[in-house]
Amino acid sequence: MADTQYTFKDFKSDQEIRWCPGCGDIAILMAVQKAMAKLDHKKEDYAVISGIGCSSRFPYYMNTYGFHGIHGRAGVLASGVKTANPKLSVWQITGDGDGLAIGGNHFIHEIRRNMNLNIILFNNQIYGLTKGQYSPTSLFGQVTKSSPYGTIEQPFHPGELVIGARGKFFARTIDSKVAETVDILVEADKHKGASVVEILQNCVIYNNGAHNAITSKETRDDNQLWLKHGESMIFGKEKNKGLVLDGLNLKVVTIGENGITKDDILVHDAHQELPYVHLALINMNVADGFPVAFGIIRSVEAPTYEVLLEEQIKDVQSKSKIKNVDDLLHSGNTWTV
Amino acid sequence: MDKKIIEVDQVVIKFAGDSGDGMQLTGTQFSNTSALIGDDVSTFPDYPAEIRAPQGTVGGVSGFQLNFGKKVDTPGDFADVLVAMNPAALKANVVWAKDGATIIIDTDAFTDKNFVKAGCNEEKLKEIYNDFNVIEAPITSLTKESLKDSGLDAKSMVRSKNMFALGMVYCIFDRPMEHSVTFLEKKFAKKTAVAEANIKVLKDGFNYAVTIHAMPSYRVHSSTIEKGVYRNVNGNTATAWGLLAAAEKANLPFFLGSYPITPASEILVEIEKRRDLGAKAFQAEDEIGGIMTSIGAAFAGHLAATSTSGPGLALKGEALGLAVITELPLVVVNVQRGGPSTGLPTKTEQSDLFQALFGRNGESPVPVIAASTPSNCFNYAFEAAKIALEHMTPVVLLTDGFIANGTEPWKIPAMKDMPEITTQFIGKDTKEYLPYLRDKKMVRKWAVPGMKGYEHRIGGLEKMEVTGNVSYVPENHEAMSIERDEKVKNIVNDIPELEIEGNKDAEVLVVGWGSTYGHLTTAVREMNEAGTKVAHAHFNYINPLPKNTADVLSKYKEIIVFELNLGQFAKYLRMMHPNNHYEYYDKIQGLPLTVTEIKEKVNQILEQL
Repeated sequence: MADTQYTFKDFKSDQEIRWCPGCGDIAILMAVQKAMAKLDHKKEDYAVISGIGCSSRFPYYMNTYGFHGIHGRAGVLASGVKTANPKLSVWQITGDGDGLAIGGNHFIHEIRRNMNLNIILFNNQIYGLTKGQYSPTSLFGQVTKSSPYGTIEQPFHPGELVIGARGKFFARTIDSKVAETVDILVEADKHKGASVVEILQNCVIYNNGAHNAITSKETRDDNQLWLKHGESMIFGKEKNKGLVLDGLNLKVVTIGENGITKDDILVHDAHQELPYVHLALINMNVADGFPVAFGIIRSVEAPTYEVLLEEQIKDVQSKSKIKNVDDLLHSGNTWTV
Repeated sequence: MDKKIIEVDQVVIKFAGDSGDGMQLTGTQFSNTSALIGDDVSTFPDYPAEIRAPQGTVGGVSGFQLNFGKKVDTPGDFADVLVAMNPAALKANVVWAKDGATIIIDTDAFTDKNFVKAGCNEEKLKEIYNDFNVIEAPITSLTKESLKDSGLDAKSMVRSKNMFALGMVYCIFDRPMEHSVTFLEKKFAKKTAVAEANIKVLKDGFNYAVTIHAMPSYRVHSSTIEKGVYRNVNGNTATAWGLLAAAEKANLPFFLGSYPITPASEILVEIEKRRDLGAKAFQAEDEIGGIMTSIGAAFAGHLAATSTSGPGLALKGEALGLAVITELPLVVVNVQRGGPSTGLPTKTEQSDLFQALFGRNGESPVPVIAASTPSNCFNYAFEAAKIALEHMTPVVLLTDGFIANGTEPWKIPAMKDMPEITTQFIGKDTKEYLPYLRDKKMVRKWAVPGMKGYEHRIGGLEKMEVTGNVSYVPENHEAMSIERDEKVKNIVNDIPELEIEGNKDAEVLVVGWGSTYGHLTTAVREMNEAGTKVAHAHFNYINPLPKNTADVLSKYKEIIVFELNLGQFAKYLRMMHPNNHYEYYDKIQGLPLTVTEIKEKVNQILEQL
């Protein structure tokens, strides 16, 4: 464990930041640096791994070991690093294009394997670095450079994919909410397994205000539900709105109306193995009259790939007669001339 | 009929049947037994891409050819003995039988139905009988008869018929059965009834051959081979072991990221078994995942490799470029097969040479080396890893389906005799780590996560010389491109020179690379023995080419380049050494060369001189 106390400055590299002024990535960079300073790893034990895209420039701005990979392949690059050296704290930085389009296959498989990785998904619903084409999370009908008449594709909900791939950890936050993001990132790192943190990120150039319905001053209190394990799902300017289960569906209610009291409101259980409520929370959206869920939505313990692998190695080593390559070459049928 | 005894130096046997008939196992058993009693052996499994192709059809024929005796370097062109378990097997393989060869057929399978499936008729097949010594044996019914008291059901009984054929062939060549008996006991340790049944059928087959007297007996002259401990090995296993040996020698943990693909999967399967040596094998979700996890493991300080075949190498192309620009050590094994696209998955070819050399975007130099026999896959896998680690570069190792699946006896090397490998880790007391500071050989140093004070970033964007910061400076890109190229060129100083076999002062030089070695060396040796002057140069190092390549090539009036593609290596030589004239001999049938065709080509050239 770390013998030095770090501050976020220890994690800043000497490279000039080349994101656009006002880019949401800048706040996320700060949040990650602060989270790392809070965590108990040595600086040299962090590895920040990315693919391609605006978000993937991230490693260059971190004073840690870093690897800027190729498009879509951050997940497999990170998986190789972690499998090779399970002691490292491995952070995969990816975006909605990199992680869910070209890297979609790796995304679902790394979640399925449950390797202990921190997968930070910057979701701005657009391709920024290639200058404004629609992404797998762009809204249906969204007009972009490559969808001049509106997209005719249904978007992915990243959290829904995580559940579909039998994921154990999913959290959602907003780029500008640095303090909340820091806490979530710390928890994501502490969670043993593939931790996916979706960060709603604002691209000021190609999709400015994409998350406004959720993040604007006027609407944010009514449209954001910040979940905490063991606490009631209450939100709203007046802190008087909440969620209840109506049959199999979630429903928004107002405390004090129709006999609803605080005790009727659902209490968040992030550790529940069955994913149905988590899935319902993930899928809530403003258009349907729901707040959008933030915080750690799902956090369930399960064996991790790299630990199972190390255990298997130890087990096989204790049983096998083959201790080195000479033994291997002489194993099985041999004869002497 | 009197029993004939034929004295020979080498015998070629081909077992052929349906892909479910157990021909691969039968052939392997015969090869192992022969090797165990001191013969040279070379094998050539040849099977369809389908696991259980339509029974009885020519497309479903699975064959296993082996050559044993003295100075064996190839599985042989033509068979002395052909075992055909059905009409399709006979039809597909009779062209590969020598004139007057002994052909053993299972007459029970020579039914009207099977003639139709094989697309031939009885009369036509009977014509074949005139040219060969055909032994008609009711193998299926004799197997059933042998097992009538075993309590096994009919289907299980028939499954042992390959052992009957094996027993017959053991008898013809006077081989001991004990090794196969032990093998069967082990294989069916938990099914003793099956083990006993197979052993009984094996022995009954042997005895049947004794009884019928209708076949010749061979006395095969054994090789006088070097003293030592031997084993059989195929190219894929040898490749896997060579990589593990390099990791041990370099004192590094080993990582293989891979995705199953014919005919390379066995490398992944072997490394997966090697948890006992601490090896980490990662079966990725696709080919790209295979190489990318390996690059990640290399970044983390492992000896890392990925194994694949042609289509997989195509998918890995972009990632291989990433390994080039990040200058990380990595071994990419490409077990070549027939292409393009899915092509001929189970058949051999050498047509990925250009892909290995040039199949990437940008200026992307990669060392390429090729193994040439099943057992030297061990040495060249080791060598690929050594070059990768010492020169901080990805290396492509080319093998192919022929040597990957083919086996031969191998004198087991001792690890203490393997060359040392020097890794490029940054010294612990280095004050400042500069990721792209180069030594005299243009090689950078390796710092890996967990090393305190050497935190740095690498990646696919062009980097500034020395510091490794992202750089778009035009002159810097040119400088870095040249440095990466120079680094690979410098490897020439660390690889052996090209050697000439045969008559060094001949006018004609036979040139080959990779898996054609056995056929070429046999052809040249036989021609030399017959008084024909011809030399042979065989390339294992493709990029860079050995230092003396120009010298060697310039000494000969005619250079004939033999390869299993449409002339890729010949074109490459012409590009690198344009002052020579190169004659092409190309074959692209999914099959290895034959000694016969090599000799014909050389003779034709000699006549023109």
